[in-house]
Parts: sequence; structure tokens; C-alpha cells
Amino acid sequence: MKRGLSIFNVASLALGLAFLYLPIVILVIFSFNASRLVTVWGGWSTRWYAELLHDAAMLDAAWVSLRLALLSATTATILGTLAALALTRVARFRGRLLFSAMVYAPLVMPEVISGLALLLLFVAAEFDRGFWTTAVAHTTLTMCFVAIIVQSRLIGFDRSLEEAAMDLGCPPLRTFFTITLPLIAPAIASGWMLAFALSLDDLVIASFTTGPGATTLPIRIYSEVRLGVKPEINAICTIMIAAVTVAVIIASLLSKRRIAASAGEGTPGAAI
Amino acid sequence: MREAMQGKGISGGRLAIAIPYLWLLAFFLAPFLIVLRISLSQSVIAQPPYSPVFEIVAGWEGLKAFVAALSFENYATLFSDSLYVSSYLKSLEVAVVATAMLLALGFPIAYAMAQAPRRLQAVLVVLVILPFWTAFLIRIYAWINILQREGLLNEMLLALGLVREPLAWLATDTAIYIGVVYSYLPFMVLPIYASLEKIDHNLLEAAADLGCPHWKAFWLVTLPLALPGVAAGALLCFIPIMGEFVIPDLLGGSQSLMIGQTLWTEFFGNKDWPIASAVAVVLLMLLVVPIAIYQHMQTRDPRAGSA
Repeated sequence: MKRGLSIFNVASLALGLAFLYLPIVILVIFSFNASRLVTVWGGWSTRWYAELLHDAAMLDAAWVSLRLALLSATTATILGTLAALALTRVARFRGRLLFSAMVYAPLVMPEVISGLALLLLFVAAEFDRGFWTTAVAHTTLTMCFVAIIVQSRLIGFDRSLEEAAMDLGCPPLRTFFTITLPLIAPAIASGWMLAFALSLDDLVIASFTTGPGATTLPIRIYSEVRLGVKPEINAICTIMIAAVTVAVIIASLLSKRRIAASAGEGTPGAAI
Repeated sequence: MREAMQGKGISGGRLAIAIPYLWLLAFFLAPFLIVLRISLSQSVIAQPPYSPVFEIVAGWEGLKAFVAALSFENYATLFSDSLYVSSYLKSLEVAVVATAMLLALGFPIAYAMAQAPRRLQAVLVVLVILPFWTAFLIRIYAWINILQREGLLNEMLLALGLVREPLAWLATDTAIYIGVVYSYLPFMVLPIYASLEKIDHNLLEAAADLGCPHWKAFWLVTLPLALPGVAAGALLCFIPIMGEFVIPDLLGGSQSLMIGQTLWTEFFGNKDWPIASAVAVVLLMLLVVPIAIYQHMQTRDPRAGSA
């Protein structure tokens, strides 16, 4: 059998991608609709974007979310990279099984359970709920995604470089910083981006762990969406989509060769 | 590196383990123990709204009194009240049916991706991942635009003359399925693609040379080799869908709730923390087997099917 696309293959790809992208495209187009009625096309207009600038609550929430994502993604990247190193480079240590279970479980754990559990912990420990508790919650859940991505990179690369450095007398810590770290840097960067996006995206966990004064953007959008479709929401969603698209395209251009390589390794995680 | 990390002195390896380990113990494992403990408590109107509260200062006597006051009442309520049982069943139904739909839809897409020329494959992977980067909430919201009564779907059906009057799409199970399949499609496609892409084409060529028809080679070679990816994709979808809250809340109706919604209502609406905890514990027990299988697959081959 030769590689090549049959009509059936092309059709499934076209339909699949249309299904994935059509709703988003429609949302973007309608954010420029001049009419307040969502289905009536009133011509092109940027009026909803202008109104967004006067929505103090929405801007506030966006600012909270941005700070939260920056902080938790950075902490999660450090913790997740350490966890990946522990899992790939230390074959045996006490409680390794429990550790790997705790790293993989959050990836599939339903959010309502994680959110409830963390909230009950914060209440039991008498922490005031707000920005910091949500940052801890996001760090905990996103560090596991970072760990998986970095881990797949650590498994994939050539150990002989590290061994050569150490054979030549390079101390372990220095070997790590001059050889290992540059080699896994792209995976760490994708891990950070994923953690950032997940934090920016999260509604359920933040709803449990946040408190007054720290309303995140998804919580704000959610409370508006429950009341129905509004053109302003279309506008803010479009801005978020645009930001994400630009970031992902830049990242994939920067690491085009790496994506091809890691797709070859068969690791979607590393290609993110 | 391994030898070095296990060496004496300031062990970077030990530190690399200890920091994330302690973090996960404190913020992942400990919270679950607290959930378990509160699920055995009784709801009271107080802050925190459950009893008994264990006071460490009360010492041994305090501990005995605390244990004596624990009760399984919440679990009894859970199994006797049809609200909870039907929520669990509803979640199970949605998760099973949606996973089957995702498989039927995701496999052909993944297969076509793996058949595409190498350079196109890289682009396709990015295209499938990209929507996953866009906020979940936005993608669900996008469907409200389409499915609502005066939405685009009804406009289109009316314009084509397929229906006489607008149909109710929103607040139905159909809407839940559309939302779930839409949101989880990349989770199904990528692991299947990863395992299909790894298949050695010499195997298929050998089969063809030996006179094996195309469909038979697919059945005997491709499909068995793709199974790990299929299993990973199915688990990555099934487990979170069971506990899904946002999709049924925004797209579904109020006549039958999924368990994630019930937990949410108990917690935020009724402020009954012990019942909400018991709901979470039982949900977790239902998911223990699939989570364990998923964990086993990850530990055996961490590179297979991580999304």
C-alpha cells in the first residue's frame, strides 16, 4: 500500500476540519456584526470592540486571568520539569509508583472533582480563597501537562551527549545546565505555553477555588453567557482566539523542524 | 546522569524529586483525603458547613469522638435518592455514546492524516491541535450562536425548506452530544494518529506482495497496531466526559442532569458540602478502573497517546 490520499481520506479530513473550524469562524464573523440581534446581519462594524473597552468588569477579569496564567504557568513549568526529570532519570526511589500516579492522574481527573477537593483543602487549612489559592490550584493541575511534554522529550533524546560531557569531567549540575537544559528547552517552552493556555481557559476549578475580588475572565464570560448570546461576548472571544492563533503560529514557525521531528516520534504532546 | 544524581553530597536528583513530590502530596493527594473525610460528615448550617470538625487540640479523646460521629448517611442518601442514581446513569450514557461517536468520527480523520505526505502531516497536526488551544468556553459558546432558536442552523434549515418552523436544538441531548464531540475530537484524533503514524509500511507492503487484499491488510495489520492509540484516545475522552459540567450546563436541558452538574448544584446551590463530597467520591470510584488502565498505559509507554 502506498502513502497517498484517497477520496475518502480527503473527504474525512475536509469534513473534520470544517467541523472543527466552522463554529469558530462564524463566531468571529458575527463579532463584527453591527446589529445587536445575533442572527440579523447589520453590516460590518467594530462597535462591540469599542464597547468592550468601557466594560470595566470584563477588563478587570482579563487582567486577573493574565496575571494568574503568567504566575501559575511559570511555577508549573519549574515543578513539571523537575517531575519529568525525576520520572525519566531516577529509576528507583521510594514512592515512585505513587509519584507517577499523581503526575498522570490530573490529566484525566474530572475538573469538578479536582476543584471540590482543592477548595475543601483550602477551607480546612483556613486559607482565604482568592487569587493565590487559584494560582496554587492551576499550578497543581498544569504542572502535570508540563511534566508529560518534557518527559517525552527527555526520553527521545540522545543520552550520549550527557555521558560524553561527564566522561570529560563536567560536573553533573553543569552538564545539566549546558547540555540537558538547552536540549529540552523547546519542550519546556511548549509546556509553559500549554500551562498558560490551560490556566487562561479554566472555568470549573477557578469557580471553586477563587474568592471575592479575583473573578477570572472565564468566570465573567460564563456568567454573561448563561444570560444568552451577546455581541460583546463574541468580540472578547474573537480577541482571545486571535491572541492564541498568533501565539501558536509564531511558536510553530519558530520550531517548525522540531514539530516535524516530534510528529515523527509519534508524540502529539511534544508537538503541541 | 543517573549515577551522578544518585551520588552523595548535594543531590540534585533528590531535590528534583522532593519538590514536585511534596507539592503533589499537599495539593493533589491531601485534598482527596479531605473529600473522603467530609463525605462521611453531616451537613450543618455553620462555617465550615459540615460536622464533626476534627480539632487537633482535643487529642485522643477528640479523635475518638470524631470517629464515632462519622456516618455513611450521605452514601445511603446517594443510593436511595433517584436524583443521584439517574445523574450517574445519564453521565455514563453520555460518556459511552459520545466516546463511540468520537471513535467513529476520529478514526477516519486520524487515518487520513497518517496517509498524507509527510510535510502535510505536520500542518494537519497543528490544525487539529489549534482549536484545542482556544478556550473551551469559547468553543461551547460558539455552538450556542449556531444552535439557539434563532440561530444559524435553524435559519439554514428553514431557508432550505427542510423544516417548516424552527426546531429546538439548544437544551437537548443532541446539543450535549454535539458539544462533547466537538470539544473532545482532538483528544481522540491525536493518539490514534500517533499510533497509526508509527506503523511500519513494510508490513503493509509485505501483506500486499503476498496477495492480501487492501481491506484485509487494514483489518489484520493496521487495526491491531492502532489499538493502543484507540484505547488511549477512548480513555482520554471517556473519563473527563463522565465528570463534564460546562457542556451540559450551557447546551443541555434541565430535565436530566449529568453528575458534574449535580455535584455543582449541591455545592454551590444547596451548600451541602458533605453530599457534594460523597458524589465526588462515588464518581471517582466509578472512574478508578478506567483511570488505572490509563495510568498503566502511560507508565508502560509514556510517549503513547499523551495529548
